[in-house]
Formats: sequence, structure tokens, C-alpha cells
Amino acid sequence: MITTTINGRSHVLPESALRQSLLSYLREDLDLTGAKYGCGVGACGACSILVDKTVVKSCRQTGLYIVGKNVLTIEGMARPGGELHPLQKAFVDHGAIQCGFCTPAMVLTAHALLLKNSNPTRDEIRKAISANLCRCTGYQQIVDAIQSAAEHYR
Amino acid sequence: MSEDVNKPRGWRNDAIAKVTGRAKYCDDLKIHGMVHAVPVYGDEIHARILAVETEQAQSAPGVLAVLTAKDVVGSTRFGQIFRDHRMLADDKIRYNGDVIAIVVAETRAQAVTASSLVRLEAVPLRPILDLEDALADDSILIHEDHVHEGRHCNITNHHKVRRGDARAELARCDFVLDEVFETRQVEHSYMEPESALCVPRPDGVMEVYGSMQHPFSTRKFVAAILGTALTDVEVRSVSVGGGFGGKDDTAAIVCARAALAARIVGRAVKITYDREWSIRESYKRHPYKMHYRMGIKDGRIHAVEVRIVADAGAYCSVTPWVTLRSTVQCCGPYDVAHVHCDMYGVYTNNGFTGAMRGFGSPQVNFAVEQLVEMAALRLEISSVEFRKRNMLRQGSTTITGQVLSEHTVSLGQVFEETLNKIDYERKYARCSHGRPEEGSDELYGIGMALSYRGMSLGAEGMDFNSAIINMQFDGSILLEVAIHENGQGAESALILIAARELGVRKERIRYRQPSTSNIPDGGTTVASRGTIMGGGATVIAARRLKRILAGVLCGKLGCEPEEVRFFNDRVYGKTDDVFLDYEQAGREMCLEQEYPYAFGAFKAPRVSWDEATGQGNAYFTWVYGCQAVELTVNTKTGKVKLQNMVAAHEVGKAINREMLLGQFYGGMAMGAGFVLFEDLNVREGRIVSRNLNTYRIPRATDLPDMQGIIIENEDPLSPSKAKGVGEPTNELMAPAIANAIGNATGKRYFKTPIRIEGVL
Repeated sequence: MITTTINGRSHVLPESALRQSLLSYLREDLDLTGAKYGCGVGACGACSILVDKTVVKSCRQTGLYIVGKNVLTIEGMARPGGELHPLQKAFVDHGAIQCGFCTPAMVLTAHALLLKNSNPTRDEIRKAISANLCRCTGYQQIVDAIQSAAEHYR
Repeated sequence: MSEDVNKPRGWRNDAIAKVTGRAKYCDDLKIHGMVHAVPVYGDEIHARILAVETEQAQSAPGVLAVLTAKDVVGSTRFGQIFRDHRMLADDKIRYNGDVIAIVVAETRAQAVTASSLVRLEAVPLRPILDLEDALADDSILIHEDHVHEGRHCNITNHHKVRRGDARAELARCDFVLDEVFETRQVEHSYMEPESALCVPRPDGVMEVYGSMQHPFSTRKFVAAILGTALTDVEVRSVSVGGGFGGKDDTAAIVCARAALAARIVGRAVKITYDREWSIRESYKRHPYKMHYRMGIKDGRIHAVEVRIVADAGAYCSVTPWVTLRSTVQCCGPYDVAHVHCDMYGVYTNNGFTGAMRGFGSPQVNFAVEQLVEMAALRLEISSVEFRKRNMLRQGSTTITGQVLSEHTVSLGQVFEETLNKIDYERKYARCSHGRPEEGSDELYGIGMALSYRGMSLGAEGMDFNSAIINMQFDGSILLEVAIHENGQGAESALILIAARELGVRKERIRYRQPSTSNIPDGGTTVASRGTIMGGGATVIAARRLKRILAGVLCGKLGCEPEEVRFFNDRVYGKTDDVFLDYEQAGREMCLEQEYPYAFGAFKAPRVSWDEATGQGNAYFTWVYGCQAVELTVNTKTGKVKLQNMVAAHEVGKAINREMLLGQFYGGMAMGAGFVLFEDLNVREGRIVSRNLNTYRIPRATDLPDMQGIIIENEDPLSPSKAKGVGEPTNELMAPAIANAIGNATGKRYFKTPIRIEGVL
């Protein structure tokens, strides 16, 4: 049996998923639609998820990539019971959300950064999210949100 | 009390749905039995169609139908102004994004596979790619049946301004700046590509979900292709992943094609675009070629003669409206006595172009704000002083003869605040002007730009909007407005406006996403009109609801109807100890069998426009903005590094401060992309940069921290006192950066995107 862990729960991967685009598997088969299709070539970052705490562009991988690994999608970020993760709360409070299409991947990318570096400079934050495109916000309030959430990772 | 409660930091009604990934965008929806469709393009630029062969594709696995223009039940030709757009190409290919067929299949993969089996048989025609070629009297016609001013030609429209005698006065000027500026196509790059889901309902109505910014326009396109009445189409809102003006025509057409497929196969049909299809087919910002002759006399802009040609591409879309704004604003926010402007829109085979954030102003501002800087240099005075001498003031007359007297003209205010914040005059002295400091490779420059902008649609079109406030008998309130949430925060702003007017907590109000079958057509959510027009309708509906409540509840409150007061989330009588909370108020209304239901409509104050002279009150009110930037240019690589960006915008009244600042930052970033990076690399009518790996929009590392200054001067012509800000923020950064680069390098750049070639 081929298994993976998605958002803390063990999951059996069907044979077909190993050849399927990981983004399509998450969206179409598991209804985890927080990961978005934006370009299909790994340029916009909207499909990003975390695999073993590392940012992965799910449009560029197949299900094979997550065999035996720990996957975190945006659906697994909030605390059990629905309470927002402090990072999510910071995005709301800082007005870092407009159309919201880039938001799930942006939150996960920031989460990966803060797990590694809980006291990043603004430049380090900008660098960490530089592969995630946002057309609405000019990134400023996103950077503000990530900076303010950092204390929760210390 | 309610004032403070309703001024939160960073609040919007859809924030939690979006930050948890629960928000549903069109492609996130599934319907039982849903099938998929994809577009098929003909790889031509300009060609006469002989046949579209679909047989092979039709017999491919999973294929349910392959539809061409011949299968269209209603009309394949539609458009917002001219009905020239072929939703499925019928007679000709007019640009490389024309769709010749759609393939409907059980799965999207099957549809994509089959789409390569559709064959186009066509006779190539000479592509018209150059604006002057398109304008030539003997040019090949893109639309053979199109007539402009009584003759067949490629001109979509010709706007003019005739004020004073610019041609004669230019000869009397101390000097004349004679320059040509060019801007390129810009892709909106909304992060969500187009998507549509159409469901044929048992009652005969086609239900439409789509990634669109204009449900009412979408309904018209869908009704046209199906040949049905507007009532036979219901367009419902879902979360939209950005629009920036770009999700009007193309998004509506994608919905229309899905509706046609759904009607023919009798099942729900989804079309979701690949990014390559989106960039190939969707409309762009108009490229402009602008020839300015600006005459300076006694230190003032005395006369301007300008000829502008806008590339409309294959279809007209909203070109006459976009170019009207450019015409009205062709001299920037300055008092100019003599103006002669000719503005043409022309058909070509270069893509197609339409609305994009700014709507004709980013192009002319790129030219005018550089000319102003060049004039000051020539006069050997500071551009600050030069702008002060020439700028419009309270009571000034615009170049179209409009007297600016009915609102606060805050041009001087936005100017001063921006200059002070960035410390312009002191920093200007540090500019390199082409000479780096000893031992440095970096040239430093600071630059700015100033604008005014007519609010909402003005003389472009019909301008009215509606709101429904439907209070329930438990005291909770439903608000529905004919304005669309594209990501900008329209719903939140409208909730806050309603809460303020009704004196209730914002939590009491739920926004009902509008359906085109419920609320009257409020026009399109463009032109920065969401807050001013939708907010106006909301205030009027809220006032009406208060009158209804007061008329019924005054008895219980022991006062006259006009003595009833609404604040603190309660309904009060004459004194503060006599009140009903909303739960009680709702119950009382039920007992009295009276509906606490109000409809509000806001009609924009009258505007006027004389097409022959280009004179009139083009917009009922105006906003003012100023942006400035500091940057460095590397002398070896030519690379521009943005260091600091400041914007001040007058907004009437701020409704939701964090969202307002978000508009500032996003607009500034998009302006930077327009002038520094964004290039579709159009070669012989074909877009080469067809995805986000080659079409480069600003990244987080390209931008510095920005500062936004909100200027509030409540506008008496706006019921909510607020005006719009979406577009003003996107029309200034390009010229500000061009000016800063000019001050850094000592050179002028007349084309976007600016390419600094070689070693400086």
C-alpha cells in the first residue's frame, strides 16, 4: 500500500495518482482546492504546498513525490476547531488579502520560512516569497503580516 | 460609538474564507454530471476562413461536441459598443487569439487532446500591424463592414479637444517641446485565469458562474450567443481572483461559449483556461503612440497640440471609452489655454485591447509628466515650481471647459504631502544626472508625477447603480449591491458604508452576493466606481430603510418619525433612555406587518460632452494624486533598483483604511511593472511571452517598502462622501519612475518598458 500523510492524516495513494499532476490530484480527487492553478510552469507559486516543511510547486510534481512524506496544504493550517493559525490571523489583520488567489500558497511559503527563521528581516521575507506572485497587494502588507507573525514561531 | 467599531484594522468579510483556502473560485466548483470544454485557436494573424474541419475531433474519445460559429444558436457577434467581436470566428481570423471552435468532452484532458485534431482552412491576408498602415486611406480593412464618419476604414473612433487656437499659439511660444512617446500592450495578469461554469437549469434558465468582474455584461454576452432574453440567464457571483479591468469582455465570452456548449450538450459545462490561452486570447492595455507639441510661454504651458493613436487591435471592445478618458486628460492636471487634441482608435491585427486599470490615463500621463519635467529643465527652474505655476486650482477651468468648483480641488495638497514625505527638494539636489559619485557604479534619481482623474464613467456612458437592504424580522440585515467583488474589497466597503449610515455594528450585516436575476443592472464594476456608485446607492437605500423603520417604530418610541435616531446598534426615541434594539425592532415590524426592506438607486449627476469640440463637463467629480520614487541605476548593467515609493491620493472619505492602502501599494507596484518590466514580446502579431515565466510582473524583491498618504476631503456629490482609488494609484508610478531615471541618467526614455541599453 502506498501511503502519504496529508494535513496530519494518513492517506492511501491510488496507483493513478503516482502519474497524475500533484496539483490536479489534490484539487480534483481530494477536493483540496486551496492550492490554485495559476500558470502550470512553476512561475507563479499559486499551487505551492509544503512537503516535509519545504515549499513544493505542486503543478510541477506528480503524486509520486509525496509517497511516505508529510504534506501540509492550506486546509491543514488552522487549528483543530477552526481557530486561525497566528500567521493566518496576521494576514487578516494586516490587510494582506485582496483577491485571495495567491493567499493560500503565500501563507504556506511564509510558514516554511518562519519554521526555519523565526526572526527574518524584511529583505529575507521578500526573498522567501519572491517566487509567489501577487498582482493585487504590491506585497507590502504581506511582508508586514509575516514579520508580525514571526514572534509566534520563536 | 459605531464610528470606532466600524474602523477596524484589516477587516474584510471574505478574509477568513480566503486565508483558510475555503473561498471558492469558479474552477473550484463541481456540479454533478459536469463536462469540460476547451477553446481551439487558428494559428493565423489575419486570414479568411474557408472551413473549420471538426470531423476527426468529433470522433475522438470522450468528445461530446465540437462547436463552431455555425452551431451558434443566437449571434456569435457581440460587443459592448460595436457588435464586432466574434465569440467564435465566422468569416475571418483577425488576431492570433481568435477562437475557431470549442471542444466539449467528458474530461478536460480528452477535450485538450481532441482540440489538436480541429483543422482550419484559411486564406492568409496581409496582417495590418502598424498603426499608420491601419490609418492609411487605402489600408486593407480589418472589418469590411465597419463605417466611421461615412467611410469604410479602420478607425474605431476619433475624439477631439478644440480649445483656443493651439496651432497658431505654438508659433508664439518661447519654445516648443516636440516629442513622440510610445507605450506597449500590458497583460492584466490576474492570478486566476478565466473560468466559467454554466448549468442548464430545468426551468430553462442558464445559470452562469464565472471568473468575471461584470455579471451584467456577462449576462448580455450569454443571452446574445444563446439568442434568449436576459431573464433566461442568471449570473451568480463567486470569488474572483483579480480583474484590473481585464475580466470584462474575454471573461464574458468564455462564459458565453460555456453556455452555448451547455445548451447544446444539455449538461453543465466548465471551461477553465490555461495561462497560455489566457494571455493569447485576452485583451490588453492599449498601446499608444503619442506625438506631443507642448509650447511654453512666459514660464507657463501655453499651448498643446497632440495626436494620439491607440491600437484597438482586432475588436473594438471599449476603445472609444478608453480613448475618451485619454482625450479629456491629455494635458494632465494643468491649466492650458490652447489645446488641439486628435485621438484615434484604430483596428489592427495586433491582439485586442480594452479596459485595464487606469483606462487610458497611464499612457498619457507617461508622456505629459515627462514633458513637464523637460520643460522645467529647459527653463532652468525646478519642476516643483513649474508644476505650481501651471496646476489646476479651486475654480480652475479644465481643457474641456469644466469649472472645478463643486468639490475640493486637492491637487496642491497631494503634491505638498508627497514632496514633504519623500523630502523631494533636498533629495533632488543629490540626483546624479548621468554622473555617478567617484568610485560608484550607481546613479541616483528621484522623480514624481501628478494627476487628476475624472471619477466613474462620466461622459463614457450610463452611470447608475442600485442597492437592496433587506432587514429580517430577527434584526439581522442583508445587503446586496449591483457592484462586483473582484478582490478589491468592495463588499467590505459597502458593508461599512451601510453600517455607518444605519448606526449598526458591521457584524449585523451580511453581504448577499448579487444575482443578475435579483438586483437591477448596475453597470460594470470598473472605472473606480464601486465605492462611489455602489456606496451612493447603499446610503440612499439605508436612508430609505430608516424612514420606513421610523414611520412604524415611532409609536413604540413615543415620538414623531423624524425624531427617531439610529446609532449605537439601536433605534432611539427622543431621549437616550428610550430605545429598541434591532431584535425588538424586527419583531415590531413583523407584528405591524410592515417590511423593513429598502431599495436605493444612485444616479450620477449629469455630465455633458460635445464630440465636435471636445468641450463639456466630462466627469461629475474628480480625484487628485501624486506619486514619487527614489531609485538607482547601475551604470554597468543598466539595472534599476527601486528604493522608496510614496503616494498621496485624495479619496473623498476613507471607508476601510487597510484596504485603501492595499489599493495604493498594488497600484504603485503595477505601475512599476508597466514601465520597467512588462513586455509581451509581440512579434508579427504573435505574443511570444505567453506565460508568467517570460512575462515578468513585479515580485516582492523588485519592490521597496512603500508609503501611502490618504487625503480626505468629503465630496458633496457623493452620498457616502467617498470617491474611488483603484485606478488613480495605477496611473502615476510609470512617469514618476521615468522622471527619476531621467534625473539619475540625464537621459529621457520615451517608450515603455524602459530599456537602459549599454554602459552609461
